[in-house]
Amino acid sequence: MKPPKFSYLRPNNLQEALDMLAEYGDDAKIMSGGQSLIPLLNMRLSTPGYIIDIGRVEELKGIKEEEDAIVIGGITRHVDVEKSALVQEKCPLLTEGIRWVGHNQIRTRGTIGGSIAHADPSAELPCILTALRGEIVMVSSEEEITVSPEEFFLSYLLTSLEPNQLIKEIRFPKIKKGSGYAFEEVARRHGDFALVEVAVVIELDDDGTIADAKIALGGANSVPFIPEAAEEFLIGKLPDDSILKEAATLQLDDLDPEGDIHGSKEYRRYLSGVLLERALNRAIDRAREGVFA
Amino acid sequence: MSNCNVKIKINGEVIEKEIESRWLLSDFLRDKLGLTGTHVGCEHGVCGACTILLNGEPVRSCLMLAVQADGLEVETVESLAEEDGTFHPIQQAFANNHALQCGFCTPGFLMSVKNFMETHPELPTDDEIREAISGNLCRCTGYSNIIKAVKDAYVLKC
Ligand SMILES: Cc1cc2nc3c(=O)[nH]c(=O)nc-3n(C[C@H](O)[C@H](O)[C@H](O)COP(=O)(O)OP(=O)(O)OC[C@H]3O[C@@H](n4cnc5c(N)ncnc54)[C@H](O)[C@@H]3O)c2cc1C
Repeated sequence: MKPPKFSYLRPNNLQEALDMLAEYGDDAKIMSGGQSLIPLLNMRLSTPGYIIDIGRVEELKGIKEEEDAIVIGGITRHVDVEKSALVQEKCPLLTEGIRWVGHNQIRTRGTIGGSIAHADPSAELPCILTALRGEIVMVSSEEEITVSPEEFFLSYLLTSLEPNQLIKEIRFPKIKKGSGYAFEEVARRHGDFALVEVAVVIELDDDGTIADAKIALGGANSVPFIPEAAEEFLIGKLPDDSILKEAATLQLDDLDPEGDIHGSKEYRRYLSGVLLERALNRAIDRAREGVFA
Repeated sequence: MSNCNVKIKINGEVIEKEIESRWLLSDFLRDKLGLTGTHVGCEHGVCGACTILLNGEPVRSCLMLAVQADGLEVETVESLAEEDGTFHPIQQAFANNHALQCGFCTPGFLMSVKNFMETHPELPTDDEIREAISGNLCRCTGYSNIIKAVKDAYVLKC
């Protein structure tokens, strides 16, 4: 349970980091907070020749507001997002969900870019980003490109990141006026990865009908899942209990969770429907209350 | 490269050393500096026994390379008691309330609780305490006495 030998590189700025990635990318691993990578090193599941510690690249740190989105630098820590008044005000779904990431002692080191790049199917941030229809900004020494979560998350722990790229920042769209949001999760113990999790944003028209529905489920498939048919079904409807129940269970057959001793495939599928119904109800209540007025 | 020079302030003392970059902070503290109060349990971040304070915030020392602490400040359980051995109020409260049996997890709890009390100056509710210690596992006490001890520490502190 000790890391194997590697060469340690600590770039002082983004350009240095990108140069190092261009030179050593194939045999290098980026280290941000280390909360997923160090366990892998300790268990010798990862044995890179080089570790590029981007933890001190100031350009990758910070939370800023743009017109439509809150833009968070790749190495911004979970605790800094959790405590951000700006995030709480403009993108409270993120504040609600990020508290589910591990424990405080993990969130003091773990980072937003690390969580997204690690791409655990049960992790909270990929699910939240997918529900929000956010974007991931990747940069290499050659170019900067922006991709959607659907383009980014390819499979279990697999993303479209190339060895010479790093995550520069992540764009979390703001939650609009007249919208409500909710994050629901069941984990075996507080701080564990989710068995299943759901993130929802609902926009209501003035007459109370659903103008827009954005949903993502985590832990149910190898990447965050968008139940498109359920979203379409909801749009234009005046929500009541039976409509929300129908929406929540519409696409359970499309879910393909891995079963294990902590929960069978069937249980996780069933749980997905329960959590989605709960999240829809809470999001709609919040939209009705005009929490976002 | 595979060796680096670091300068880390540990329990108030600046330590400068050449270290292997692959060394975990927990192993550096225990094996190289003899600070064996920091316990190593699971070595993948789950148990919390190795919790220390880094620039005042609780972190897992088994999920950090020692080199990552370069230029930063570390506090371990050894920093709590006074020179003459007088317990820190949190330690005294743990002793008074039987908040430990085997004691293996205790250093991690103490460091987590220290940060919690600094960031939550008002007497917290049981639920807040449970949340604060949720990242530390104890297999002996069943936690009830730890919760009592944390509340007591608020009283002793005054
Ligand atoms: C006990 C425990 C419980 C946990 N519970 C949860 C949980 O409930 N939910 C959850 O979501 N997570 C959980 N985690 C994981 C934790 O949230 C990690 O902090 C997070 O997944 C990774 O962030 P990091 O900054 O530590 O990344 P690192 O460990 O530094 O890196 C993780 C991976 O991402 C890559 N990477 C990091 N930053 C970048 C970047 N900017 N660009 C490109 N690649 C990058 C690295 O190369 C590596 O492959 C837990 C971890 C522990 C130890």
